[in-house]
Amino acid sequence: MSKILEVNDLSVSFDTYGGDVKAVRGVTFELNEKETLAIVGESGSGKSVTAQSLMRLIPMPPGKFVNGSIIFKGQDLTEKSEKQMEAIRGKEISMIFQDPMTSLNPTMTIGKQISESLIKHQNMSKKDAHERGIELLKLVGIPTPEKRINQYPHEYSGGMRQRAMIAIALACNPKILIADEPTTALDVTIQAQIMDLMKELQEKTGTAILLITHDLGVVANAAHRVAVMYGGKIVETGDVDEIFYNPQHPYTWGLLGSMPKLDNRDEELQAIPGSPPDLADPPKGCPFVTRCPFAMKVCENRMPEYTDVSNTQKAACWLLDERAPKVEIPESARVGGTKVHG
Amino acid sequence: MAKYLLKRIGYIIVSLFFIITITFFLMQAAPGGPFASERKLPPEIEAQMNEAYGLNDPIHVQYFDYLVRAITLDFGPSFKYVGQEVTDIIARSFPYSLILGAEAILLALSFGVLLGVIAALKHNKFGDYAAMVIAVLGISVPSFIMATILQYIFAIKLQALPVARFESFAHTILPAVALATTPLAFIARLMRSSMLEVLNADYIKTARSKGLSSRVVTYKHGLRNAILPVVSYLGPLVVSILTGSFIIEKIFGIPGLGNEFVVSVTNRDYTVIMGTTVFFSVLLLVSILIVDLIYGLVDPRIKVTDKGAEK
Amino acid sequence: MSQVQLNQSDFEPLQVDHSDAEKIAGESTSYWKDGWRRFRKNKLAIFGVFIIIILGILSFIGGPISGQNYYQNDLMNANQSPSAEHWFGTDNLGRDVFARTWYGAKISLFIGLMAAFIDLVIGVIWGAIAGFFGGKVDEYMMRIADILYGVPYLLVVILLMVILPQGLWTLIIAMTITGWINMARIVRGQVMQLRSEEYVMASRSLGASNTRLMFKHLVPNTLGPILVTLTLTIPNAIFTEAFLSYLGLGVPAPLASWGTMSSDALPALQYYPFQLFFPAFFICLTMLAFNVIGDGMRDALDPKVRK
Repeated sequence: MSKILEVNDLSVSFDTYGGDVKAVRGVTFELNEKETLAIVGESGSGKSVTAQSLMRLIPMPPGKFVNGSIIFKGQDLTEKSEKQMEAIRGKEISMIFQDPMTSLNPTMTIGKQISESLIKHQNMSKKDAHERGIELLKLVGIPTPEKRINQYPHEYSGGMRQRAMIAIALACNPKILIADEPTTALDVTIQAQIMDLMKELQEKTGTAILLITHDLGVVANAAHRVAVMYGGKIVETGDVDEIFYNPQHPYTWGLLGSMPKLDNRDEELQAIPGSPPDLADPPKGCPFVTRCPFAMKVCENRMPEYTDVSNTQKAACWLLDERAPKVEIPESARVGGTKVHG
Repeated sequence: MAKYLLKRIGYIIVSLFFIITITFFLMQAAPGGPFASERKLPPEIEAQMNEAYGLNDPIHVQYFDYLVRAITLDFGPSFKYVGQEVTDIIARSFPYSLILGAEAILLALSFGVLLGVIAALKHNKFGDYAAMVIAVLGISVPSFIMATILQYIFAIKLQALPVARFESFAHTILPAVALATTPLAFIARLMRSSMLEVLNADYIKTARSKGLSSRVVTYKHGLRNAILPVVSYLGPLVVSILTGSFIIEKIFGIPGLGNEFVVSVTNRDYTVIMGTTVFFSVLLLVSILIVDLIYGLVDPRIKVTDKGAEK
Repeated sequence: MSQVQLNQSDFEPLQVDHSDAEKIAGESTSYWKDGWRRFRKNKLAIFGVFIIIILGILSFIGGPISGQNYYQNDLMNANQSPSAEHWFGTDNLGRDVFARTWYGAKISLFIGLMAAFIDLVIGVIWGAIAGFFGGKVDEYMMRIADILYGVPYLLVVILLMVILPQGLWTLIIAMTITGWINMARIVRGQVMQLRSEEYVMASRSLGASNTRLMFKHLVPNTLGPILVTLTLTIPNAIFTEAFLSYLGLGVPAPLASWGTMSSDALPALQYYPFQLFFPAFFICLTMLAFNVIGDGMRDALDPKVRK
């Protein structure tokens, strides 16, 4: 598998009245062809900002790149001009958003909204774009697309709107599809349909998907690899099985513990107490220290480096240091087998 | 569509019925009014009035007569000017008001929208502040004061434009500007806040994520949605222009319907007052209907049919 | 891993008190406190408040400090330009414009405040009743309001002024006879929205009576939008009064308002523009001040605008 996107030490800040909010603080990851990478984290972890930075959709100012690079096809996207980015957006990288109710233009037909990028990026005529629009709607599973294409978003249901959003995003066969919480605003039954659709389309088109979500349940079936974000940093990354069966970071444990499981009916869901750190004044050490049940003195002052757990998995936690006490994965975070730290 | 129209027209008729009824009884109550017994009228008009309104009939007969006449837009003779029918006065003066009003509406809409868009695009920058200072001043300076200021500067001091009357396009500039000031300022503020809201909407982000240029995003996706509140302001805009015309036409000596109304008020020319009031009401109700129809065209979410809105 | 000097003691558990982890960060401030804090930051609105206070004070002491009165005719000294004796000059009957301006301020501000107050009383009662009871009561009450609302405000006022005997109170009555509708609609909308909310349900389940509910819970919560509307009613009333004065339907002499003063100055505009300038300027200034205060209050108090 070859790398298609490489993000190196990316830092993004927002200039606000309350000071510089350091939303993303040195994030590094890569995305391979035909793969789905999930970035998981709660709201405020910086995952959406990371996603939107890749497309350069962050309004600047107040946002700004502080550091790092985003390498796509050998070129650094952080250095591109707005005009150059226009040629990449929608054509090479495209995006779908959380709320399909508000992310479609209410005064424009679905057909027009699909055609726009076809006309812009592929120089299609209006007529051809319309034909292609019908094909795309069919592809994303919208019945009677010939009729539906001339309708407005309000005539679509929530799930259908998200399908239409996917059709718009895939119109020009992009290399990368960024899906920013694509199912959060949908009913549970519709959520599964949309995730299945994205998986199916990925097999057909070979598009790499960057899935942004707070819902580990969505991740299990959809992603190949997972990066867990907290406080503007990636705290753990690994293959999906590693994250689910051998998680290393207490925050990942917390996320797994707060996920409902089918076999354990009596067990209560474990919430992670507390709230994420204030990124206007980020902590010196590990961002999770105030909420971590295993916090040590060192955690407060020093950000842990990444420790390689396997070829594919690494985590940033002081518990992985040989001098740290050995801690077992808590029962609540156990999806599969048990493993002891150290 | 047809059913909707019929329903709306039904409402208009009911409203008009109320308005006609209220004006009739208000005029009945007016001291020295057309229906009062102690009138001092020239004998010719007395005779005309008697013929037109059957003043000796009981009130309910007079009322029904008036209602029937009002439907055919026949408001009888003027109370003050011998031999003039109210309908003739309206027909003669309305065209002036129509031209002036159309100019003012055009001016308020085009410059108001322009100013609002500039302010939104230059949010918190000089352009925004400049546009909003103009808008706040526009709202704070009443049209009649604006009219006098314009008249004093451009007509009296600079002598660049005619002081008054209505003979050429140049004559219409000052009154149209004065008439447009307040609604223009209002539209600018409306447009600014609506544009700011729209530019933050998710679908603008979607449009940008498609790689559309910022020009296309702003104008094709932003403006079309941002202008909706302005469209719904068109109704109040017509009201504002219409009532504004009373005073502006008076100041600029324009023989329009607004001026006729004011003259009839000063003269207590009751039949003209009643006639113009009913005419104004018809005008307003019809323009509000037209505005609603336009809104249905601009915003696909509002369906002007009886299908029932999907939500 | 880079091994910086770390001791074994660094790996001792950290004593963290997790009990306050759920505490809400930042001091929670009350609606009014928060609103006031926002309002205070709005320099333009504060400027508006100062203007109104100054105008209010001058309307009482303006006449006395100039040593002139507003009604003394002095035809020998008519139409004088501003001077040491007559600070704003004199009008066509030789009356002191400075003294008249502040007398006019009193009348204009009185009309504005009074109209706003009456609108407030009728509007709040009407809107609160309609919104609270809903259903048929609401339908009939709002239907009546809609019909009155359909007729242009100024047209109604003018018609009433034609019929009623001229006077200060006539003017105020004419302005408020349909003026309250706007207030009623806003109050009703707010009440409708609020009455479905949980704390009202909670009070009701605890046995609170309707009247108590309406005035104890709902009205205070609708106060923000009401205050904004109220502030914007005042300049509107001052505008309407001046408008009517221009049509010869303003307050009758010997009363004088900024509107009648401006209107009286019109015929001689070409020769004595200052006679128009002073009252017209103060009309604009007052409207400006109330408008910026209203905007400032909306930004400070309207939950929809707050972000």
